[in-house]
Formats: sequence, structure tokens, C-alpha cells
Amino acid sequence: MSRIVRPYGDTTGDGMVQLSFTLPVPHDKRAEGAALQLAAKMGLDGAMLVHAKPIGESYTFFVVYGASTHLVNLDEVQVVERDYPHLSPKEVNDAVREKLGRKITVVGACIGTDAHTVGIDAILNIKGVAGEKGLEYYRELRVVNLGAQVAVPDLVNRAVDEGADAVLVSQVVTQKDAHLHNTREMSAAFREALPPGKRPLLVVGGPRFDEGAAADLGVDRIFSRGTMPSDVASYLVHRLVFTNRETAA
Amino acid sequence: MTTPLLPLDAGLVARARDLAATAAQPVVDLARSHTTVSVERATLRLAGLTGADPDGIPWVNRLADAVQEQTGIEHGIALPVFHALKDFPDLERLAHAAAAGGVGFELPKDRAAQEARERASAAVGAGFDRIDAARAERTALVAGIGDPPQRPWIYLIVATGDIYEDIPQAQAAAKAGADVIAVIRSTGQSLLDYVPEGATREGFAGTYATGENFRLMRAALDETSREVGRYIRLTNYASGLCMPEIAALAGMNRLDMMLNDSMYGILFRDINPIRTFVDQRFSRQVHARAGIIINTGEDNYLTTADAVEAAHTVTVSQLLNERFAHEAGLPDELLGLGHAFEINPEVPESFRLELAHALLARQLFPDAPLKWMPPTKHMTGDVFRGNLLDGFFNLAGVMTGQSILLVGMMTEAVVTPWLSDRDIALQNVRYVLSACAGLAEDFHPPANGFIANRANHVLGEAVDLLGRICDDGLLDAIADGTFGIMKRPADGGRGLDGVAKRADDYWNPAADLLDGAPNGGAA
Repeated sequence: MSRIVRPYGDTTGDGMVQLSFTLPVPHDKRAEGAALQLAAKMGLDGAMLVHAKPIGESYTFFVVYGASTHLVNLDEVQVVERDYPHLSPKEVNDAVREKLGRKITVVGACIGTDAHTVGIDAILNIKGVAGEKGLEYYRELRVVNLGAQVAVPDLVNRAVDEGADAVLVSQVVTQKDAHLHNTREMSAAFREALPPGKRPLLVVGGPRFDEGAAADLGVDRIFSRGTMPSDVASYLVHRLVFTNRETAA
Repeated sequence: MTTPLLPLDAGLVARARDLAATAAQPVVDLARSHTTVSVERATLRLAGLTGADPDGIPWVNRLADAVQEQTGIEHGIALPVFHALKDFPDLERLAHAAAAGGVGFELPKDRAAQEARERASAAVGAGFDRIDAARAERTALVAGIGDPPQRPWIYLIVATGDIYEDIPQAQAAAKAGADVIAVIRSTGQSLLDYVPEGATREGFAGTYATGENFRLMRAALDETSREVGRYIRLTNYASGLCMPEIAALAGMNRLDMMLNDSMYGILFRDINPIRTFVDQRFSRQVHARAGIIINTGEDNYLTTADAVEAAHTVTVSQLLNERFAHEAGLPDELLGLGHAFEINPEVPESFRLELAHALLARQLFPDAPLKWMPPTKHMTGDVFRGNLLDGFFNLAGVMTGQSILLVGMMTEAVVTPWLSDRDIALQNVRYVLSACAGLAEDFHPPANGFIANRANHVLGEAVDLLGRICDDGLLDAIADGTFGIMKRPADGGRGLDGVAKRADDYWNPAADLLDGAPNGGAA
């Protein structure tokens, strides 16, 4: 099978994509021409304008179909694959009890002005998400959920007080890249407060994070959309129990 | 709503209301016997004090803080403030001096107390005159321009962070069909123990609620209302640590609806329960006076708890919100009780369950302008499926006669809505409203059918839970995580240091006036 792929409409190799966007111009012939020109510049061959609708007096919404002129080589695609085995809650508990001999302490929070605890609660609350229980359900994990809008210095202090093995931070609000700024501030604060060997594992999660950006943000691991509590628990066991770990510099 | 759609057990309904009243009473007593810094600052705002120091801290905070340090707030700050005012030309000059540490505050006695009382009553009375005038103006505008031709009213959110960017967006939304504009607040404002001042151009995922932002947006929407031929209502948020102050600002600047939930701040913002209940009562009294429709936040429970398992917690909260609102003087027509379309779409017969829950709310509160909230929890980023879900949400809203419909966005959980997202969402609403206009007339679920049984079942669970809350006390129920699974003890959370038990000589002219006019005073 070819490792070179194009988008699939209804025939292999047709390259068909569908695209919608708004231009800040009133709807007329010129606006439609502008939409097609944009599509061509985006790499769509033989673009068809299938829908154009005015929004108010000075904007127009378009739907365009066309064949992408671009190719993707699957061998050149880089992703963060899960580099640790996925464990059940029982396997997590057994591993921690038998190999570590003490509970793992996890401190979680939403930092900065982010008040959306839905992410951290999904991972930590016993209620969990989509039928899977959160980390509070794991007998060998001790969970301290600090909730929303925790100031970074408070998080650092609390992590030290609790003897945290891992700090989980959730960031949902992404306006003006707040999630990136907050994460960098958090990782810098931990680096400042603790020497590398003493620092808890820093884990951030949120729907708009790029999982490959951990090093750039100074954290050990980033979890993006679709992460389940067991993914996080498995990772913690992998790093804290089975790996002679080295935290992010 | 004249004919009941569902054969609800009338005895059970009556019992639910009795239990809600019993559960609410200790909290009402608590609210009546305490004051907070925000209640006291709201009184200063009603008395006309505005502006902020160079750091952006409002003068009401600086003045109230100075009095709190010297006399405490348990006597009310009106007497010490208006006694000290005898040596100053106005409240702002007094606040400047107090902030600089140059004013000694004391509780005046006898004749001095009487004079201070008169000054305070006159100043606060002027604030209520502004609220009454705003209410009368709304009534006149609605009479002259007209209400939206259809129910539900279409409620749309704008949130850019910049009030001057919000205004054209809100005007465009109204022209595209929105009947109610909500300016969502900057993330984190609920935890500020002050109300920012002036027009603001920076915010996170929303725009700060300030008196000036209220005024600017209301003026812009008045203009648009005349253009489109219907009175466009403006909504903001009275939740958080400053409920009373924001309520006062909203009343004086003619906002039309305010988010005001009895427990939201406690559960979702970890604000101290007592602080919240005291602030909530005062703010609702002000809303009642201003003729503002409150919107309660039951939808939030379902974003954390399961919408089927926890359906009865929504009903319980609605009944409690109703009870607290009635006690604060809000009539049914100002009770925008909330509920939401949040059942997992993978659950079999989820739409029938939604219809059952929505009809239960409709029928329990026939005269309340119910607010119907769109799916958020099960919006995945698949915008095509999201648009379909929103269509079903709209359909349920029309079939069950909901009053205020918050427009769902298929890009929920992806981005803050784009111009085109709003347009597509409104197109969805318009299609369903037009295609199904009057459908409620034909929709009579049979007695003992799935929908009727489910509604009665949820009502039964609500009565059971209310019974347990009556036994344990509402504050303990909250502490135990009964609502939205959040556990909030009465001595925890933010803002507790701003609460005081009222002393025997507590005096607050605004509280007196509001308690003396339990039905909102001016019509």
C-alpha cells in the first residue's frame, strides 16, 4: 500500500476536500471570485463554490469543494505515540503497591484565571468521564484536587507540602494563548522552587494542546483531547514506578 | 400555558414546594441576619459613589474597607459613612480621604445619628429612583417598540473581551434574529471582590461586567431595537463575590436579565455558601425592584453530573431557586429558571428523556420564563453532528413551550463562536421555530406513556432528595456534594471574611427599603 496519500472524496486519489470560511466583503460576483482565488491559493484545484450566503451587510460565508494538490507521505508524519503500556486500575494499583511500596500523591489544579474544572474533574473525580472512573478511584493514588483559579505560587507550595509525586494541570481557556503562558509560568515556578531530582512530574492537559510541545513548555507530558483517566494513571506508573525518571529540564 | 400537558401527581407537586420552603427557611433566616462587604458596597453604589483609585480599585471598596477596619460592617456602614460625610462635599471626596487614612469613622448617636440617617436615606433613595426610572423606561420602550413576535425568545452570547468590539457584534446578532444579547463575562470576574470600573477593552474569554459597559451596550441596543422593531433585551451576570453591587449597577443601567443562581457561586466557583446566600438575597431584591428577569444556572449541574441520573437535582434546584426568589420578592414572570439538553446522545431514547425533563420543568413552573440551555457536554468538535444535536435541542424547546432559548453553537468546545457559527446556529433556530411553530399544541404525551412516567419518576426523586435536604439542612447537603458532585462546606470557600452577623443596631437604608417593599415596589 502506498505511503503517499491524498484526501478521499469518493474515488481513490481524487484529493477532494470541503472547506468553509467567511470573507469580510458584501456578497457579489467579486466576493465569489475572491473566495475561489483564496481556495486556489490554498492548493485546491478546480475549486467549486457550492454555497455563498451574505451574513449581514458586509460579510459573506462560503462553502467550497475542490481537489487538494498536496500529498502527504505517512513515513514523514511525526506524532507522539503512547510510549508506555496501558494499564487497568487494578494493574496500576498492583504496580504501585508492589514496586513502589507507597501511594503516589497527585496534586491537580486549573491554574491562572481558568475556571473550567471540567477537564481536571474528568480525570480526577471519582465520577470520571464516559464511564471510566477518575484517579480518586485508584486506591494507590492519593489525589488532592485544588480546583479552579489556583495561583501558580499556591500550587507550588501545596505540591511541596503534600509531597506531590506528580502535578496535573488542566487548561481549557485558550484565548490569547493563555494556556501556553500559564503552563510556561507553572513549569518555570517549579524549576525555580525545586532542584531537578525533587521536582514532581509535571503533566498538563487540555483540548487545545499540541502533545509534541512538552519540551517547549517545560513539562514532562502533555495530554490532549480524548484523554481518559487510565491514560494518565498508566503514564504516572510508567514514569514513577518503572522508569528511573528524569524530569523535564 | 393553560392545559397541563402531563398528568403530574398534584399531591407530589405540592409536597415538593412545601419541602423546598422548609429547606430554604434556615438559609433565608441566615441571609436576613447577616450582611456582607458587597451588600454594604452596593448600598454605597446606590447612594451614587462611583469611580476608582489609580490602581483600579473602586472608591466603594476603599471607603467600605476603611469603615470595616474601624467600626466593622456588623452595624451597617451607612451610619458611619453618612455621619462622616457631614465634613465632606460628597462621597467621592470622603472616599479619597478615607483611603488616605484621614477619616475617623464612628457610630453616631442621637441627633447626629438621625441626621446621618436622613442623609443616607436621601442618597440611597436617589439610587432607587434611578432604578425605578430605568424600569419605567423599559416598560415604555417595550410598549412603544414591541416584544419579539415569537416564543421562545432567542438568546445569543457575545464575548470578545472588548466592549467596543462586542457592540457591533451584538447589534449584528440582533439584526440576524437575536432577541436577547448576553455579554459573557471575563473568566475569573466572579472571584474578584470588586467590580472593575469604566469601559474595558481587555478580557479573558469574555468582557468585564462594569457599570459603564452596561450603559454603553444598553444604549447601542436601544438604537438597534428601534431599527429592528423589537425591544432587544440585555443580559449579564450577577454571580460571584459581587452579586449585590452588580445587581445595583444592572438596575440603574437598565439591564433586562441577569444570571443569578442561588448556589452556582458555591458549587462552581467555591465561594463561601453563607456569603453567597446573603449576597444572593439582596441582589434578588434589587432585581425584583428593577423588574429584571433572573436566569438560574441549573444547566451547570448537568455539565458535571450525568443528565439522566442527576435530572432530579435540576428540579430540586429549580424549586429552591423559586423559593428563594419568591422570598426576595421576585414574581413568577421574572423567574428564568434554567435547565439544559445535556443527556448523552448515545443513550437510547435520549430525546424522549429530554422531552420528559423539559416538560416537567414547563409544567412545574407554568408562569416562569424558563431558560432552555443547549448541549455543551456532548459536543465533541464534530461540528456536523453538533449542528444536528442543536436542531434536536431547538425542537425540544419548541415542542415543550420553553420561553428563552439559548442558541447552541455547533462549534461549542472548539472555538469561541465565529460570525459564521452564529449565522448557521440562528438559521438552525429559525428553521425549527418556523417549521414547528405551534407544534406544542399537538404534542400531548399520553398518561402512563414513557414521557409522563419519566417526568413523574424524576419528580418523585426530587421529592425524596428534598426530604433528605430538610433532614440534613441545605448547607450540609451542599457540603456533602449533593449538587453537581461538588463538596462545599459552609466554613470554606472564598469571601467568608467579608461576612458579618448583623448587630442588633444594624442599619442599612437599602435593605430597609427592599424589605419594606417585598414585591418590588414600583410597577
